[in-house]
Amino acid sequence: MSAVQQYIDLYRSQKSLIEAHSSEVMNGLRGEAVALLESRGLPSLKDEEHRRTDVESIYAPDYGLNLGRIEIEVNPYEVFRCDVPNLSTLLYFIVNDSFYQSAQPAAAKLPDGVLVGSLREMSAKYPQLVSRYYGQVADMKRDGTVALNTAFAQDGFFLYVPDGVVVEKPIQLVNILQGSNVDFMVNRRLLIVVGKGAQAKLLVCDHSDDATVKFLSSQVCEIFVDDDAVFDYYDMEESSENTSKVASVFVRQGARSNVLVNGIVLHNGVTRSNYYTTFVGEQAELLLCGMAIADKEQSVDTYTYIDHAVSHCHSNELFKYVLNDSARGSFAGRILVRHGAQKTEAYQSNKNLCASPLAKMYTKPQLEIYADDVKCSHGATVGQLDQNALFYMRSRGIPEAEARMLLMFAFTNDVIEQVRLDALKDRLRQLVEKRFRGELAKCSGCRACR
Amino acid sequence: MKQDNPNEILNDVTSNDYKYGFVTDIETDIIPNGLNEDIIRHISQKKGEPEWLLEFRLKAYAYWRTLEMPHWAHLTIPQIDYQAISYYAAPKTKKAPKSLEEVDPELRKTFDKLGISLEEQMKLSGIAVDAVMDSVSVRTTFREKLAELGVIFCSFSEAVKDYPDLVKRYLGSVVSYRDNFFAALNSAVFSDGSFVYIPKGVRCPMELSTYFRINAANTGQFERTLIVADDDSYVSYLEGCTAPMRDENQLHAAIVEIVVHDRAEVKYSTVQNWYPGDKDGKGGIYNFVTKRGMCKGDHSKLSWTQVETGSAITWKYPSCVLAGDHSVGEFYSVAVTNNYQQADTGTKMIHIGKNTRSTIVSKGISAGRSQNSYRGLVKVLPGAENARNFTQCDSLLLSSDCGAHTFPYMEILNDTAVVEHEATTSKINEDQIFYCNQRGIPTEDAVGLIVNGYAKEVMNKLPMEFAVEAQKLLQISLEGSVG
Repeated sequence: MSAVQQYIDLYRSQKSLIEAHSSEVMNGLRGEAVALLESRGLPSLKDEEHRRTDVESIYAPDYGLNLGRIEIEVNPYEVFRCDVPNLSTLLYFIVNDSFYQSAQPAAAKLPDGVLVGSLREMSAKYPQLVSRYYGQVADMKRDGTVALNTAFAQDGFFLYVPDGVVVEKPIQLVNILQGSNVDFMVNRRLLIVVGKGAQAKLLVCDHSDDATVKFLSSQVCEIFVDDDAVFDYYDMEESSENTSKVASVFVRQGARSNVLVNGIVLHNGVTRSNYYTTFVGEQAELLLCGMAIADKEQSVDTYTYIDHAVSHCHSNELFKYVLNDSARGSFAGRILVRHGAQKTEAYQSNKNLCASPLAKMYTKPQLEIYADDVKCSHGATVGQLDQNALFYMRSRGIPEAEARMLLMFAFTNDVIEQVRLDALKDRLRQLVEKRFRGELAKCSGCRACR
Repeated sequence: MKQDNPNEILNDVTSNDYKYGFVTDIETDIIPNGLNEDIIRHISQKKGEPEWLLEFRLKAYAYWRTLEMPHWAHLTIPQIDYQAISYYAAPKTKKAPKSLEEVDPELRKTFDKLGISLEEQMKLSGIAVDAVMDSVSVRTTFREKLAELGVIFCSFSEAVKDYPDLVKRYLGSVVSYRDNFFAALNSAVFSDGSFVYIPKGVRCPMELSTYFRINAANTGQFERTLIVADDDSYVSYLEGCTAPMRDENQLHAAIVEIVVHDRAEVKYSTVQNWYPGDKDGKGGIYNFVTKRGMCKGDHSKLSWTQVETGSAITWKYPSCVLAGDHSVGEFYSVAVTNNYQQADTGTKMIHIGKNTRSTIVSKGISAGRSQNSYRGLVKVLPGAENARNFTQCDSLLLSSDCGAHTFPYMEILNDTAVVEHEATTSKINEDQIFYCNQRGIPTEDAVGLIVNGYAKEVMNKLPMEFAVEAQKLLQISLEGSVG
């Protein structure tokens, strides 16, 4: 039986259970999603865009799914280890793929009209609002994993910022993977709508509570940023070596909007991240960056696709990888400048450090340009630490290991510098440094660190 | 006013005639259209080939039949009916010409028109020429002189007869018939081509050159070039090509194989000027070529230089397999597309040996409604310690309807490798044009100047005789296509 068939069968047999624990809006797309999944299947290694991550084998094991939404006993504050000191955030949790109701900050802290909460609940409460956006940019035809997520997602996170409203406080969403001794799959869905002239910041962190259980975390995030809006999306993964993550982020940007997407992988098993952005209004700006620190057998595969459909837009991409041991890194970025999208500026840069003989890096920066009055460039490098710099530091009494760490840290710092929250920047620097020292992030208080 | 109206200038350029578009009225021996085992046996028999070569062809054909036409390139290729093509067309001559006088006068006129008068070439420029018309090698000049040094430069079919051991040893050693769809097709039906062998320690005193021409209608050209440079040798090889103007598309699927031994160096230059089709995109050559060199020996060097201005569709990736330690691969390319031309071209650098180095410089220029893509692979295998690559690919866009694309692949499996890639895409700077205008240089000439400057890095790598021709070609294709 192929990997995809077990999901189709599961869906067929459990359809009523899946639908009963979700909302009408979310149920509305399932039929189409399953049909697409059946006709197209999951991406295979033969697919040009999926050559470096075997998606089929990620989905092949027989995972348990919590379709009946059985409540899992967990105190998120206990396993939570990504507290950002000196940064006061509005904190929400998703445990596996259920929005965790009992740990919500007081709604009074939110400006008027802002909706934050469980996607299932919100879509039941405001079906018209949610159905206007749900599934509108996440193109199921593009990728079988998106279709699969749409077919099975029962809950997730919803953020709505009405026109003109500025949410000053960053919103933090913590995804916790909590196992109960069986291999487990979660299908999460994030829907974010930022209205005209509105502003918000969202920080998403991924954690696995149980390093021995095999997790598959599938996440589809749709982000609508209307005209003149500003939105920051930070995505940080610090899970376990047994965790596979397949995530797709779809962004639609209106005129003069400004979006920052920053994806950081500090610790993982196998991660495939897709970032799709479409500019639908002119003069919009996107900064898309990311970094990965991988060692052991970890694999990080990033795919980005920026569609310059209209003129006068600006996009800038920066991705950096540090690979140790037998880690595998892959980056494929495509910039499409459509016919007539004049005055486009699109830059892409992918820089990688291979720090061990067995580390592998595959990179494919691609430009596809159908307009002439554009400025586009891409660059990619793969190399090692500068021997002269190492020598310089050692000659001044810095031990080699320390010197290497300093240089690697400096290498990734470019990506951290792009963060637009000072407190988060400091915290990230600390996390990255700890990561290079071979420790998982630790904070005072939570169970994982004690 | 030309300067004021870029469209008009563009029209001028696009209506530029393809000056090599004549047809030579010459008796041609064409075998019936279609492809099957009998045709292959027929070709082989016509050429009086030994059994082993026929077997090679049949194996390739059997394999080809299992393949499908590849679709991964950024090209729109219309359905090609492989049964509607004649796979062999030879100018009818009674016997092999012994001297120039014996070559068919019509044929000689053709080559005169192409500017490669065999006589003049021989006397003045000192380039040894092997001219391949339709499918058959017509004449090779300077053969005796080269033979004194032990250099073998002859048509492929002669090589099969005279040097079967060499051919047997190297044929298919770099590009196997299982390599890809077009390589399999070529291996099955290749009709002729050139064979070059440079013995140990010999520095070939003159440039070797091949001129290819498709003349007969409804035929395909499938030539095969095999170059072997033995230890400590050097050769510079030039290749040029033209075809008549025809409404229908013609197929050209060639293979070039190069083997470079210890400390040897091969420089391979191409000026590709097949008929690109008319300004509405009608006709033109489909140029699907597999070119690969194997730097087998330590300290060997292979350098590809190409100027691609012709063909309706180009699908071509001259590659270097850097197997020997300290071997060097280079790729310099200028690809110009205009009207409805499409090009998907680039290179592959496979680093296997230690301390191997490669350089890639690719300049794409697109005008009209053409699509121009760079596609390249740099692969560093685990054993390739200290491999070094630098890649630069720039695209210049000359109209708002054309496309320029870059698809580089980097696969790095060794931690001592240093690999860099950079690419830019832009149009001609208006300030530069204005600056030229202001000093009395018309826009048309200014564009020519700027484009030539842009391509200079590659042009400089061409041998002098070719550089002149290439520069002229570039001018023809592009003069004033920007305002």
